[in-house]
Amino acid sequence: MNSPYIKETTSVSIIMLKVLLALVPAIGLYVMYFGPAILVSIMLAIATALVCESMMLKFRSYAVKPFLLDGSATVTAVLLALSMPPLAPWWLIVIATAFAIIVAKHLYGGLGNNLFNPAMVGYAVMIISFPVHMTQWPAPEMLASAHLTFTQELQYIFAGIMPDGLNLDAVSMATPLDTLKTQLKLEHTINEILQMPIFSWGSGKGTEIIALGYLAGGLILWQQRIITWHIPVAFLSGLFLTGSLFHIYDTDRYISPWFHLLSGGAMLGAFFIATDPITGATTPKGKLIFGAGIGFLTYVIRSMGGYPDGVAFAVLIMNICVPLIDAYTQPKVFGHKSVQPDAQEK
Amino acid sequence: MTNLRSLYNFNGGVHPPQHKEVSAGRPIVKAPIPSRLTIPLHQHIGNVAKPIVQVGEKVLKGQMIAQAEGYVSASVHASTSGTVSAIEMLSVPHPSGLPDLCIVLESDGEDTWAERIPLNYREMDLSALRNRLRDAGVVGLGGAVFPSFIKLNPGPQQKIQTLIINGAECEPWITCDDMLMRERADEIVQGIEIMRYLMRPEEILIGIEDNKPEAIAAMQAACSNLHFQIDVIPVPTIYPGGGAKQLIKVLTNKEPPSGGRSTDIGVQCFNVATAYSIHRAINHGEPVISRIVTVTGNVTLPQNFEMLIGTPVNELVALTGTPKADTNRYIMGGPMMGFDLPSDRVPAIKATNCIIAASPRLFPQPPAPMQCIRCTRCAQACPVDLQPQELYWFARAKNLGKAQEYFLFDCIECGCCSYVCPSNIPLVQYYRFAKSEIWAREKEKQASDLARERHEFRQLRIDREKQERAEKLAKKAAAAKAAPTPAVEGTANPSGIDSDAAAKKAAIQAAIERSKAKKAGIAPKNVDNLPPDKLKEIQNIEARREKIRELAQKEIE
Repeated sequence: MNSPYIKETTSVSIIMLKVLLALVPAIGLYVMYFGPAILVSIMLAIATALVCESMMLKFRSYAVKPFLLDGSATVTAVLLALSMPPLAPWWLIVIATAFAIIVAKHLYGGLGNNLFNPAMVGYAVMIISFPVHMTQWPAPEMLASAHLTFTQELQYIFAGIMPDGLNLDAVSMATPLDTLKTQLKLEHTINEILQMPIFSWGSGKGTEIIALGYLAGGLILWQQRIITWHIPVAFLSGLFLTGSLFHIYDTDRYISPWFHLLSGGAMLGAFFIATDPITGATTPKGKLIFGAGIGFLTYVIRSMGGYPDGVAFAVLIMNICVPLIDAYTQPKVFGHKSVQPDAQEK
Repeated sequence: MTNLRSLYNFNGGVHPPQHKEVSAGRPIVKAPIPSRLTIPLHQHIGNVAKPIVQVGEKVLKGQMIAQAEGYVSASVHASTSGTVSAIEMLSVPHPSGLPDLCIVLESDGEDTWAERIPLNYREMDLSALRNRLRDAGVVGLGGAVFPSFIKLNPGPQQKIQTLIINGAECEPWITCDDMLMRERADEIVQGIEIMRYLMRPEEILIGIEDNKPEAIAAMQAACSNLHFQIDVIPVPTIYPGGGAKQLIKVLTNKEPPSGGRSTDIGVQCFNVATAYSIHRAINHGEPVISRIVTVTGNVTLPQNFEMLIGTPVNELVALTGTPKADTNRYIMGGPMMGFDLPSDRVPAIKATNCIIAASPRLFPQPPAPMQCIRCTRCAQACPVDLQPQELYWFARAKNLGKAQEYFLFDCIECGCCSYVCPSNIPLVQYYRFAKSEIWAREKEKQASDLARERHEFRQLRIDREKQERAEKLAKKAAAAKAAPTPAVEGTANPSGIDSDAAAKKAAIQAAIERSKAKKAGIAPKNVDNLPPDKLKEIQNIEARREKIRELAQKEIE
């Protein structure tokens, strides 16, 4: 044994556990506004993730138990489940999770070596492959014309059976971002669009409350020193500033930046996904660039791209840039004048 | 005297549990003289001191037994009176665990001092004063054991603005400096006066971590009635706030340049215990033969002792009562940067500030390392703003060039990164390994460079000789070719050939004459008493030879 002989007790498992706990407020609000189906998705994703993780660990000759207990697979599963529509059929969740764990994580070398955020890879692959299934979100409780009981939800998720006389449209609807996009294409102005029942004071009904849940969880993570402020602040600022510029340019065609902050995956992405340490930038300045890049790209994809939400693609695109960002943002070392490793005196 | 002074921060640092109260409660006690002392000759940075005593020689307490060798070195002294019983390679407290040259001293129990000559330093020449410190074996007692007289000689160009006295003592468990300041503040200040005389700084600051209120009060009291000003400054308690560079940053907001010295920015920093030993050396004529050591950890009664250099560690531990049963090893230094002693029989030396009896309960083995998740807690904790997660990556991949590009050699090995790592990766071990690997390769490269240079020189010499020989041959050949040419053109000088041939003939003739004369002169003695038939035979042979000679003569002519 060598010095230091003492250690702080924080472990990877504890960090991951804290991340999961910080998600509890948002998940609670999710259940309140969209029903308990999300819990089924989460359980399904966790089960798939654990099975795939143990399988891959075994294949790669790692000790299964300690690495399974690090909690990283569970976190990936929960984040992925929260990004997917909760009424998605079981196989959609299973394929997404399996792809995230097996391909995005383990085939890239496992925890610590993966270049791309596994949850976002799973999500992106699904939205490209199954766009219809991926856009069927349940309507918020107060807007749905019909309600499924929990048993009926389970029946639909696992067997694809809807109760007699009910079709999917009765319980699902486009997301606020999707609605906004479609309505803008139909040449409606922002003001007209916002009169639609799905929108509320911030963004979509219920959506904005859940976004606040993620914000609260994110603040807990920051207070617990699991994440630093850099990435969330830069992400949200990037999104907000880009949104403001367009909004000021044409208020009829570009919605208020506040709407962007509170809809889609913005808050979840800012505090829980972009902050993934493995695939994110590591230097303080790099984190700012990384976060701001995601915020900017999210806005660009949402407003000009082909998908209603852009967080997943923005995160993946910025993941590509991480090595470059890190290399060019090395902080000044104590006792040195220059910043760049290359510029040091030889 | 404290004035309002703004303090600065260094980035990073950690707050490990202190455990200082356990040993700081009791006053310093003088450890008894052990019956046998083992005094290593390499207790300082630089060259090993040269022994100047013989086995069997009687020495007095404080007598120099090994002399500083070269500039960066310090002398070593007998810690008590007695007889030198051995000068040999013995196990010493060093992370490498390798043995080193030691002088073993059998104490006579008298503890008789050699003559101690106090000096009036205010009338002394500065270099004489510094030499005195070297001969008294004064080295930095904070743990780095750099010879102090060198640091007290900043050179003619460099002006020391700020003299910093380090009483921060940031490592957990250690309280030797704390207790020294509490109990001997006046003597520390007298040592500082000597440093002031040597360096003439513009200001003198004593930095003490604010978890030592008694030490701060004692030092403030000792500094209150001086004819010059010393500022006693409480600094925030954070590890490694007692690192010289970190303390300098906190007190002055200056960063000692990487690879340079703090004197480059006009600052010099000494440990409080060093100031104390400077005072003892000059004002009392006592060389460094003892120091304060904290004995703590898994012992019954943790305490600070003033012990003689060379006291075996097990005897020090025994002073705190019977060590607890589950003690499995002893650590020298603190838990953040200390190291395992090879055994409890090694001596305590000038660098020994703390002995921690360790047990699995006190310092449990960390769980098995997991993968790095790049959480950058290490980077946030790093006091020199490195990116430990990158260095770890490069060190693991043995990408040593890249590791150096990312400032591996600025790592002070404080262990903060390992301390915070949630994946239990022994990060600092990787950096120590990478550094040693680079040194080894550097050495190897130097050796191979030398070999290559030698080889190239040899090749050069061989080539040159070859060329010279070729030139010589060519010259000869040219000369040989040139020789018949005059014969062809012989008409120009026909007599030339004749005279040449005549000279040759004459020379041959002369040689034959000489040989004849020689033969005539030396009559072979073995023919003196031969029978007549044998003599006749010899004469016949001689006659034949004569004939042949004549024939040969004719041939030449």
